[in-house]
Amino acid sequence: MIKSDKLVTNAAGRIVPTIINGKPAVPYMGVGKYKPEGFRAAPKIASCADFPEDGNKVIANLKEALLKAGLRDGITISTHHHFRNGDLVATQIFDIAHELGIKDLMWYPSASFPCHEPMTKYLEDGTINRIEGSMNGALGRFTSEGKMKGLGVLRSHGGRYQAVQDGEVHIDIAVIAAPTADQFGDANGVNGPAACGPLGFALADSQYADKVIVVTDNLVPFPCIPWQINGNYVDYVVVMDQIGIPEKIVSGTTEITKSPDRLLLAEWSAKFCDEAGLIYDGFSFQAGAGGTALSIGIYFSEILRERKWKARFARGGSNKYLVKMLEEGLVEYILDGQTFDLDGVRSMRDNPHHTWTSPFTSYNYHGKGNFSSLVDIVILGATEVDVNFNANVVTHSDGYLLHGIGGWQNTLFGKCVILPIPLFRDRMPVIRDEVTTICGPGELIDVIVTERGIAINPLRTDLIEKMKNSSLPIRTIQELKDEGEKICGVPAKPKFTDEVVAVVKWVDGTVLDSIRRVVS
Amino acid sequence: MGAIATTGNRGKGVRSDCFVTLELTDQGGIQLQVESKVAVMYGDSIRKETLEILDFFGINNASVKIEDSGALSLVIAARLEAAIKKLIPSEKNWLPAMQDENRYTTARDRNRFSRLYLPGNSPNLMINAGIHKPDGIILDLEDAVAPDKKDEARFLVRNALCGINFYGAERMVRINQGERGIEDLNYIIPYNVNLVLLPKCEKPEQLQAVNEQIRKIQQKYNQTNPVWIMPIIESALGVINAYPIASFTGNTVALAIGLEDYTADLGTRRTAEGTESFFARSMVVNAARAAGIQPIDSVFSDVGDMEGLRQNVLRSKALGFDGMGCIHPRQIVVIHESFAPTPEEIEKAKKIVFAFHKAQELGLGVVALGTKMIDPPVVKRALNTINLALKMNKLAVNWRESYDQI
Repeated sequence: MIKSDKLVTNAAGRIVPTIINGKPAVPYMGVGKYKPEGFRAAPKIASCADFPEDGNKVIANLKEALLKAGLRDGITISTHHHFRNGDLVATQIFDIAHELGIKDLMWYPSASFPCHEPMTKYLEDGTINRIEGSMNGALGRFTSEGKMKGLGVLRSHGGRYQAVQDGEVHIDIAVIAAPTADQFGDANGVNGPAACGPLGFALADSQYADKVIVVTDNLVPFPCIPWQINGNYVDYVVVMDQIGIPEKIVSGTTEITKSPDRLLLAEWSAKFCDEAGLIYDGFSFQAGAGGTALSIGIYFSEILRERKWKARFARGGSNKYLVKMLEEGLVEYILDGQTFDLDGVRSMRDNPHHTWTSPFTSYNYHGKGNFSSLVDIVILGATEVDVNFNANVVTHSDGYLLHGIGGWQNTLFGKCVILPIPLFRDRMPVIRDEVTTICGPGELIDVIVTERGIAINPLRTDLIEKMKNSSLPIRTIQELKDEGEKICGVPAKPKFTDEVVAVVKWVDGTVLDSIRRVVS
Repeated sequence: MGAIATTGNRGKGVRSDCFVTLELTDQGGIQLQVESKVAVMYGDSIRKETLEILDFFGINNASVKIEDSGALSLVIAARLEAAIKKLIPSEKNWLPAMQDENRYTTARDRNRFSRLYLPGNSPNLMINAGIHKPDGIILDLEDAVAPDKKDEARFLVRNALCGINFYGAERMVRINQGERGIEDLNYIIPYNVNLVLLPKCEKPEQLQAVNEQIRKIQQKYNQTNPVWIMPIIESALGVINAYPIASFTGNTVALAIGLEDYTADLGTRRTAEGTESFFARSMVVNAARAAGIQPIDSVFSDVGDMEGLRQNVLRSKALGFDGMGCIHPRQIVVIHESFAPTPEEIEKAKKIVFAFHKAQELGLGVVALGTKMIDPPVVKRALNTINLALKMNKLAVNWRESYDQI
């Protein structure tokens, strides 16, 4: 199978392959330009006749379930990341595959974490051919050094749903780790020792995979209520002693920043939103989990409280701070993709105004709309931004792939996208002439807030007009870039070989950029 | 094997700094090893500059190791120069370019509400200090630097004065006590220091020694920019001599009090209410006012307690202080807000100042509000309040135009 071939220059000016892992791929054509014709993929028709009448789908262990589900060379196995760094299930799947001598699997996680570092040995010995999803930390480093056999494919959460729905990726076996489930396969994430909140990232997997295995450490009699995953999609249920490490699932470490520099970014971001008229009675915002984003929420709260306003909804990642806003009546609804602490889990379980979402409702670009475009204010991070407002979230300035895309690309469709980022980290300038990797086209990124000034995208003449007499330090992005380089010095560019080791997909499935092998 | 010198910091949690190990050798040229977390972006430039500096100081044979955690070029240069000068004396200096933005002078009576202490050997705290807009930044060579790091801190502070933009904050340095403090001046005065803080000041003669040295250095460098002095009273004797100290020289613009050392000297402890320091603080305020300079209060050391800080500043303002020190950037806003005139104070001042201008226009010698006569000192205080409010954007420049119509 050809890893990548037939390079072309796409609409973002990046050179990308049009053959990826042996299959044709469409180069990026611009925002909203690519509209595929035809029909979605469809799962096989199933028959109740093939399933136990008593509804009991429990199988003795994971190995047996995987074998029954048809584990064999070359297939695609999916997992999800609701347990974040506390996941105990994904690695076990590949331990079993390795033990059985299975080769060339494609791992299709919704995200990877440091706990998945053991996968590198299976990438090395050929058990796994490649990862399509996200390659964090050690897995990213492994990919960047050209050691992965197949080509890595990075997708956003919405892009992952789109790829499955459109038939770009066919999942042979989906393994859904569920904090609570019944024998029929109904499952939720809000109860049980490994409670993680929603299970939305596993929705596409349950709907489209050939075989679906639910793994739980908290089996309850039918019905498992609420049923975030319906047993009607599920083939087998496996019960284990422990599927996740609670303190690593809901780390509770996401606290408001104490760094004065980051607090300044938060304060200016909130002030910007206020002065630009983005905050109003009934507005909506995306709350991130980083220390800076959390602090912005605190400033929003102050403004809302003072004026007796409410946000109509907030898009989570939720944690105790957002829950507090909901409970104080400053926010009417939380539409949640994942919960970052136990307050978030509790609120989602008990409060009907705190609802779980999936990448289908929030992010899927090949749907009849999605709610990410309804959000007024979106606060995001980036590793780099360039003078054209293009942003990077996956590679660092040294060229290494270190992060996944997450929902980042999908939320860019919000009405005002603001990136509060330091002008430099230690000595690494964040604003560059050209980002190492494009993950988000500049036309969708509106405001860059740094500790030395705020740059508004020239396309947003409305915002520029509104901020004309602002007391905030509004500057051009070029000025900010120059100041960063004056302080740090002009950085040398990383050295790459020609070899493409991974690609970044845009939300519509087209190829936005290539990541090349670093010269180490 | 030759002599070895080490400077700087390394290890977990160290950022924007580097650790230099320099060993002079007899032969073999320069053996340079650079381990940097920004090697891809700056490895080549670090290597190049290191070789240039070694060459500048005439070092041809040495083994140099730089463990870099993202230090700016001016930090690496300071660390390397400090290491070199530990081993070989040299009159030469390797200076970063003096930034144009760093050439400003400050007025005698400028606002000194807040002055942010920065440990003189911690580059990571210096780089972004100015963005928090303190009235002054203090590069501290004294208590915030460990005794064995005091030599190398001088090079770092010097390079920071040249190359780090503090965005308009008054550029202050706290020198050491005694002889070391006088020597410190050689490293800082040529690089546009606006104000020198003199710790543990007990006698006016201490000011004389400092001023003589400043004059000498300025003559040598042909400089005429003002260098203000802020003595810090930190002992019982200092409190008793507060007025002679405050009034001794013309370039003393403020008198500060340091309560940690003072309470220790008294044999008591610092409390939240501050009863033990009431006398000293009042003495400092009185002495400063008598000498026509600004009285400045001590720092508030609980950086997590913003409400406590606010109360502390309000007490300080009530006692007559014009400003206080801070040790964390988040304290700056609270200090500025609390020292700033309140809306009620501004409203009252507006009435008085408006009446004052009216009286002047009409050629009247007496200012009156309704039937009430206003004494000249009250007018003066109201004018000060209005000026402060204008400086702090709490009042529009053209307030009198709209006030006329009320």
